[in-house]
Amino acid sequence: MAQVKAPKPSALMSPAPASTRAPATATATAHAGERMSGAQSLIRSLEAAGATDVFGLPGGAILPAYDPLMDSTQLRHILVRHEQGAGHAAQGYAHATGKPGVCIATSGPGATNLVTPIADANMDSIPLVAITGQVAAASIGTDAFQEADIVGITQPITKHNVLVTNPDDIPRAVAEAFYIATHGRPGPVLVDVAKSAMQAQTTFNWPDRIELPGFNAGARPHAKTVQEAARLLATARRPVLYVGGGVIRSGASAGLRRLTDLSGAAVVTTLMARGALPDSHPQHLGMPGMHGTVAAVAALQKADLVVALGARFDDRVTGKLDSFAPHATIVHADIDPAEIGKNRAVDVPIVGDLKDVFDALVPALDAEHTRHGKPDLEAWWAQIDDWRDTYGLGYTPTDDGHSSPQYVIQRLGEISGPDTIFTSGVGQHQMWASQFIKYERPNTWINSGGLGTMGFSVPAAMGAKVGEPDRTVWSIDGDGCFQMTNQELVTCAINEIPIKVAIINNSSLGMVRQWQTLFYESRYSNTDLHTGHGTRRIPDFVKLSEAMGCVGLRCETDADVDATIKRAMEIDDQPVVVDFTVSRDAMVWPMVAAGTSNDEIQYARGIAPEWDRGEEE
Amino acid sequence: MTTHTLSVLVENKPGVLARVSGLFSRRAFNIHSLAVGQTEHPEISRITVVVDVDELPLEQVTKQLNKLVHVLKIVELERDRSVQRDLILVKVRADARQRADILQIVDLFRAHVVDVATDSLVIEAVGAPEKLQALLSALEPHDIREIVQSGTVAIGRGARSITERAFERVSA
Repeated sequence: MAQVKAPKPSALMSPAPASTRAPATATATAHAGERMSGAQSLIRSLEAAGATDVFGLPGGAILPAYDPLMDSTQLRHILVRHEQGAGHAAQGYAHATGKPGVCIATSGPGATNLVTPIADANMDSIPLVAITGQVAAASIGTDAFQEADIVGITQPITKHNVLVTNPDDIPRAVAEAFYIATHGRPGPVLVDVAKSAMQAQTTFNWPDRIELPGFNAGARPHAKTVQEAARLLATARRPVLYVGGGVIRSGASAGLRRLTDLSGAAVVTTLMARGALPDSHPQHLGMPGMHGTVAAVAALQKADLVVALGARFDDRVTGKLDSFAPHATIVHADIDPAEIGKNRAVDVPIVGDLKDVFDALVPALDAEHTRHGKPDLEAWWAQIDDWRDTYGLGYTPTDDGHSSPQYVIQRLGEISGPDTIFTSGVGQHQMWASQFIKYERPNTWINSGGLGTMGFSVPAAMGAKVGEPDRTVWSIDGDGCFQMTNQELVTCAINEIPIKVAIINNSSLGMVRQWQTLFYESRYSNTDLHTGHGTRRIPDFVKLSEAMGCVGLRCETDADVDATIKRAMEIDDQPVVVDFTVSRDAMVWPMVAAGTSNDEIQYARGIAPEWDRGEEE
Repeated sequence: MTTHTLSVLVENKPGVLARVSGLFSRRAFNIHSLAVGQTEHPEISRITVVVDVDELPLEQVTKQLNKLVHVLKIVELERDRSVQRDLILVKVRADARQRADILQIVDLFRAHVVDVATDSLVIEAVGAPEKLQALLSALEPHDIREIVQSGTVAIGRGARSITERAFERVSA
């Protein structure tokens, strides 16, 4: 729905009369006002909210809902093997499609298993609706079997949550959950429904109006601050657009492209924003931050103007905060007013949906150019190009005979192409996948940025493939991550969700090992996983994958990389897992050590770039 | 660090107090006192919260509070433009010898005795926090057995009502 001007208005929602929705089942054909059980009302509400794919696993308290679910033709339910998988799958689905993801779990342990994905969605602003069963209303508070106060537990990690004990409240609770999850800054909403409410009879009434007087769906960008931002962009000598995941969530890539081309500014895309601007764009310097490119990090440090767009000045981007972009005037545009000034003081705040921000800022900047001409950015680009030429992204080939993980990942990107969706877990493979795959469009890079959840990749890939069945979906995973959530490959095999998994198997918790190499005198405490080349391979990932109904392949040398990827690409009726055994000594570079200034970036171990070459300041 | 008094108008929904107080502790803000009760509109509750916090973090916590779905409005009540009151009940040992002394203090502070027993008194006092602190100091030489204090409640001076517009939204 359109943005609203007044703060905290009574939010309207486009009416969704039952008659306009997919018919054909007992529940779906129900008319407003029809009598039914609370469980039927819950399923009917999910349908009315527009859900088509849900991920879940039944249990005692949610059991009533699974009976009418069986009759729904609109809802495809994917039975996962662990509720965490349902949550991450719903996240991957939401991230790939832009639609809210839905996951369902029972009370107690079912609900607590959703805690990690909910926290993840909260950090990365993913629209997620979690439905959990709760023990019968009369038993709440008695420490009943499988009782957990999931509303209390998830209060700090949801955008909103609610316990429903009255069956009449179910449609409104579900409607509000979808509305809140998808409006303003997206996020997770949990609806906890007591079993007794599902078993009781109720009248189904889908609300035609959402009334949330305290909910702020977002403001229109203020013309005055937009004007000021345009003036700054027209006069800055060293401008950088610092692009965050908000641009992707807003679906504002086209607007970003227009602003990029018009302003001539340098652009950096954070881990959450990879793909927001094509990597092939000449003004794109890549990723900033701890493992960003030297050019991206240096450009921010030397900028006289930083325009943050849907970014939140995360510590992994800024390094030591008080030395981040020390010369820059800051323009910060974000839909969430609480982000503005949270970490870095802002000179020009713009609150609004990024789409609206670009729609206002591009013509305003155009008008500035018409009046005063375009700024001369030649010297700035000469300096940036010098950084890019001297300190391009690269890696040192391994000398232990094993593949370089960077090479494997780079070839995956090149062979599979820009229409592919890539997901990743967390660690070295994630950083390499962000660095060495060239992203050309939004929503093709799905990873856990804020929370840093190991095990995100496989279930997120499953969800992305359900949402985008015609695209190739590669899950790039580490051997550590893979052992956390690989059980969802069973779900993929049985439900014919043919994802492809590339295990970048360095037989260790690689990123932790890298820090042990650099900061703990190479004392490798508890990071050896024994899964790789020259070990007992426990588990053997090929055998494990085959046991789960997937095709298992192994690739151990650079020479076999292309042929193995191509073979995996040819299989489209079954999930494929490739065990790429790689060198364990490869490290992620460049690197800004945690807690230090971005000025301390190292291009490779012991090699600090010469920042100020040719600079006249 | 300075002390700020915030009036937070919230929808009267289950768990809303936990959400508000949880947000303060989660963002590492120290709550000095907190009082909650219904307003003239039963749909709206009012939380008065006193926090020790610098200006910038205060802005951040206010913005975070505003994101809570059931929070309708947040107003900072400045000390000189509002009336701020605490309630305190003090149980003091008071036998025949001490009683006159204590009653004189009670009179001086315009407090009240609300319970009398053979060897104790319960004193009720309402006032600004500084006044109540002074009362406690005056009672100090006597044997204070028990103290209970309410959180601060505060209301702006003048005709303007901060609940009015919030109510219009709720009842819209």
